[in-house]
Amino acid sequence: MKKNASKSSAWHESFRILVRNRLAKTGLIVIALYLFTALIAPFFVPYDPLQLNLPNTLQPPSSAHFFGTDEFGRDIFSRIIVGARISLFIGVGAVLIALFFGTLLGTVAGYFGGRVDSIIMRIMDIQLSFPGIVMAILIVTILGPGLINVLIAVGMHSIPMFARMVRGSVLSVKENEFVLAARSLGANDLRIILKHVLPNCMSPMIVLVTLRIGTAIVTAAGLSFLGLGAQPPMPEWGAMLASGRTYLRTAFWIATIPGLAIMTVVFGFNLFGDGLRDALDPRMKS
Amino acid sequence: MKSPSRGTLLEIRNLKTYFYTEQGIAHAVDNVSLKIQEGETLGIVGESGCGKSVTALSIMRLIAEPPGKIVEGEIIFGERGDLTKLTQSEMRKIRGNKISMIFQEPMTSLNPVFRIGFQISESIRTHQQVSKKEAVNRSIEMLKMVGIPSPEKRIKDYPHQLSGGMRQRVMIAMALCCNPKLMLADEPTTALDVTIQAQILNLMNKLKERVGTAIMLITHNLGVIAEMAQTVCVMYAGVIVETADVQTLFKKASHPYTIGLLTSIPRVDRTAGTKERLNTIKGIVPSLLNLPVGCKFSNRCPHVHEPCKIWEPPLAPIATHSDRAHLSRCWLHHQPPKQ
Amino acid sequence: MQDYLVRRLLEIIPVFFAVTAIVFFMLYLMPGDPAQLLAGSDASIEDIQAIREELGLDKPLVTQYFIYMKNLLRGDMGKSIRTGRPALREIADRYPNTLLLAAGSLVVMIVIGLITGILSAVKQGSWLDNASMVVALFGVSVPNFWLGLMLMLLFSVHLGIFPTTGTGTFKHLILPSLTLGTNATAVVARLTRSSMLEVIRQDYVRTARAKGLSEVKIILLHAFRNALIPVVTIVCLRAGVMLGGAVLVETVFAWPGVGWLMIDAIGARDYPVVRGCILIVAISFVIINLIADLLYGLIDPRISYK
Repeated sequence: MKKNASKSSAWHESFRILVRNRLAKTGLIVIALYLFTALIAPFFVPYDPLQLNLPNTLQPPSSAHFFGTDEFGRDIFSRIIVGARISLFIGVGAVLIALFFGTLLGTVAGYFGGRVDSIIMRIMDIQLSFPGIVMAILIVTILGPGLINVLIAVGMHSIPMFARMVRGSVLSVKENEFVLAARSLGANDLRIILKHVLPNCMSPMIVLVTLRIGTAIVTAAGLSFLGLGAQPPMPEWGAMLASGRTYLRTAFWIATIPGLAIMTVVFGFNLFGDGLRDALDPRMKS
Repeated sequence: MKSPSRGTLLEIRNLKTYFYTEQGIAHAVDNVSLKIQEGETLGIVGESGCGKSVTALSIMRLIAEPPGKIVEGEIIFGERGDLTKLTQSEMRKIRGNKISMIFQEPMTSLNPVFRIGFQISESIRTHQQVSKKEAVNRSIEMLKMVGIPSPEKRIKDYPHQLSGGMRQRVMIAMALCCNPKLMLADEPTTALDVTIQAQILNLMNKLKERVGTAIMLITHNLGVIAEMAQTVCVMYAGVIVETADVQTLFKKASHPYTIGLLTSIPRVDRTAGTKERLNTIKGIVPSLLNLPVGCKFSNRCPHVHEPCKIWEPPLAPIATHSDRAHLSRCWLHHQPPKQ
Repeated sequence: MQDYLVRRLLEIIPVFFAVTAIVFFMLYLMPGDPAQLLAGSDASIEDIQAIREELGLDKPLVTQYFIYMKNLLRGDMGKSIRTGRPALREIADRYPNTLLLAAGSLVVMIVIGLITGILSAVKQGSWLDNASMVVALFGVSVPNFWLGLMLMLLFSVHLGIFPTTGTGTFKHLILPSLTLGTNATAVVARLTRSSMLEVIRQDYVRTARAKGLSEVKIILLHAFRNALIPVVTIVCLRAGVMLGGAVLVETVFAWPGVGWLMIDAIGARDYPVVRGCILIVAISFVIINLIADLLYGLIDPRISYK
């Protein structure tokens, strides 16, 4: 009972530190706005983001079109809003892939140890031999361009980090529990580990997830910018930036605004992630 | 200009060093006065948190300015005068040169990325105008003096290649390389094995005689005091409660706290075979943020009476002793003011 | 120190083989006939057959790998479908440009990052510190391809100070270097600051003060040398990540480097070149990581002087 009480008071302490941190709160507000934009706002867009409107191309921002129109006359404001949903989908999707496979691999590596561990860690190292974008490019080259493939590629990129973290947690739990439970039955070992591994690494995991969502969004946007991701006419922010590039001199808003959106969202995740890390730090150290 | 008494190397008068924290003001050193004679070893003994380290750091002016501050008092050192009035730049000429300090943790007190020869030579070249080669030679000499074998080879070593005892010897070498007049030693042997402790203490005594340095030895270990010190100050909650020469302290301890300390040392000849419990001083050390009014020991003292809770006693010679150098801060030994 | 070096070099060898194997194998994961992919969509049946024989594409996989490795060590990566020149030549022509860009960004990262980090740590809590760290956070969050476009917009299009694209003079290098270096600079600044803050608290810094050393010497020599240890590793790793980021920046600024070539080649389905680029970039990355390890051993005597 006592152990649980001290655990929950540690969470309370972290929560208090977080709440006091103004920067972290700003980050959280940004994230909340982003989630609202991505999930709710698309139902209320003023224009159809895919609707061509050729007489009205390349209009600067105005009261009719908050962010102006692009080279096909489409309303940029509406496209940004729908684009938020797309980037959220990729960001969260990629991290979920990384989380799932990373946890799986890390658990297997840590639990079985020995050769299995070496092999899995070797594979992770080899994957890390390719810089992020290059690995993603490799995967997209094989699978072909498209949003789902970008999601897979970006997700795979983050797997080693999660695998390493979970493996470390499993190893330290193995050290604790097995020494005490030397005579445990074979079947119980796995359950014991799983029961304790998760709480053990939850703090750094939460921080990593937050930060990686931001990274995933930027990487995916970059791939779309290169033409390897979302295909037209999808209103993905990176793709919008790419088409805006041609009109940089004449209609700079087409390129500027999507980039601002990306930066703001990633900034929010980084800010909040930093705050989380500071708040959870004493727990992470223990 | 204030001058110290004859033969006195360092005199601290009414030193107050406070720390201003979010939770309040910590009175780490709250009116400390003491004298160190040339060439003598002064022991400062007390529990953790009683202010002994802060006193030493105040002498060196190494107190971090926020949150700490030397609020009041004078530290008179030889011809240099009041150290509290010097600028940091002037203090740098004294640190490592005229007054040096060694610390408790030899494992972490040396810079891990520089060779030990370099770290000693650095001290020498900072304070003396000598060539690199001369500094290296002097470093080798110092290592020899502190008893490190093959010093010519050892100067190329990194700290992690040495044991704890060896590292502390290097620290001592670094501290003495410029022939300081005073060495402050803050718990120099606490982190070492017992056998190494004895070696290091012996070394310090030997070197003291050779170099003529005075030592301010800070420790919580009465045994170390008995071996090393000539004069002793007992500190509690930021003040000195008793000052005496070492014989007097152990034979005729007068302050209740000192007596409590001495009797709480387990003694094999007394307690062995009997069912005697270990003596302890009841209660705990008060927080420096929240000290009791009057005598700081009043809430734990077996002899506490009325005046103790109202006025803090002065540190003064005990009325009934002929030895005027034996000071105590207790209303048992002085006349409290009338109501 | 010697055996540390040798050990690390030996560890690289299996990685090298693994990387080449992956690049070799990727062709087989793609839909379509590998011979066709390598010959190009316009190739005649005879050309495709020639390639099939040359590379032994009808033989077992392991044999094919050996042939591939044999060719690789001879410098033969196949021919560019677009230009007909050897793929390696195409890449080699452009590699120096990418190196130049990376070097420029490295300079930015090291100079601005380290100085900002040290100053912020020394003046912790001041407005300089707070402002720098907020700016650094933006720097970490900003997408580098967008930053490139914005810098181009401001400095080239509107102010006309720098040329927009291409290479050739020092002026051409500035915007791309700034763009590519920003993310890494911010990371280095933040890390240097936190590393310095931790080191300044250490016992040996207190010892250095007690020795009467000047504050400058304490910060720049005693503290910084120790704070540098984690920073060096990160600098080298970021240098590697920059190789990837170079792909985006080169595309934005039409900088004729390996990254831009890679993207171009993908669009043109020039698979020999694509494979070659990926291989070269990956190998470069591995070498950079090796250098990072070696530097780490050099800087921290506890590692190499066991």
